[in-house]
Amino acid sequence: MSGFFEMGGYEAYVWSSYAMAAIVLVGLVVVSLRSLRAREAQLKALEEDQKGDAS
Amino acid sequence: MKAMSRLHQFANPMRFARLSQAILPWAIGLTVVLMAVGLYWGLVVSPVDYQQGDTVRIMYVHVPAAWMAMFTYVFMAAASAAGLIWRHPLADIAAKSAAPIGAGFTFLALVTGALWGQPMWGTWWVWDGRLTSVLILFFLYLGYMALWQAYDEPAKASRAAAILALVGVVNVPIIHYSVEWWNTLHQPASVLKIGGPSIDPSMLWPLLIMALAFNAYFVVVLLWRMRSEILARRIHIVLMQRAAS
Repeated sequence: MSGFFEMGGYEAYVWSSYAMAAIVLVGLVVVSLRSLRAREAQLKALEEDQKGDAS
Repeated sequence: MKAMSRLHQFANPMRFARLSQAILPWAIGLTVVLMAVGLYWGLVVSPVDYQQGDTVRIMYVHVPAAWMAMFTYVFMAAASAAGLIWRHPLADIAAKSAAPIGAGFTFLALVTGALWGQPMWGTWWVWDGRLTSVLILFFLYLGYMALWQAYDEPAKASRAAAILALVGVVNVPIIHYSVEWWNTLHQPASVLKIGGPSIDPSMLWPLLIMALAFNAYFVVVLLWRMRSEILARRIHIVLMQRAAS
């Protein structure tokens, strides 16, 4: 298993590439989901506000 | 007439919400499974290259990222064109939502390319046709995103951004053919070429699976971002109505 992590001496390049891919792909997911959840909450609050105004 | 067009604007996002709700669980499942299989196959099962050793494994993230960088741009340009021609609100939203994903793929292609170039070519970067045209692609994405930020009115912003996206699409064939047109350190295409792939199946399969995984990932994040953008516009309308009353 030690050979797997050493990547034939190129571990710095191979693992950096996969780490960068993980950071970018997971980062985009986190940012996108966070904005989606925040807007869902904001719209819900606004609509409840409106209902309160109407009654 | 005005009421009708407003109805039209709302009807489509509503249908889209139902459709995206149905697609998302499948796309998420597909992304996770394909990513897991592709990573295991690419990092563990696939053989080392007789010239490049283990650095060949960088290919399984570099090439899918580069393909998706171009695919996303074409998607964005096509959606922009649809938005300009048919004024379909979802088309603009799709184009706007795709841009940061495409910028991410392009950034990834550049960085993993540098990390592959250093051990194999002896340099992180060369100003050749392929690397330079991909850097331009990255700047096109950033410019497109900046244009959306530069206008307060979505209608004006979408028009300006769509025109930039359409002008920039000329860069996509330049990227593809750059390795044939200009002298370069970058290798020519070995998968998408006349006469079929010249890469061994033991490496082609994990590469294709990773490419599919990146594609499924794109669908997932695109749908999330589109839903978020639709909500942002609805919030904007509610706030405007409130300010008016």
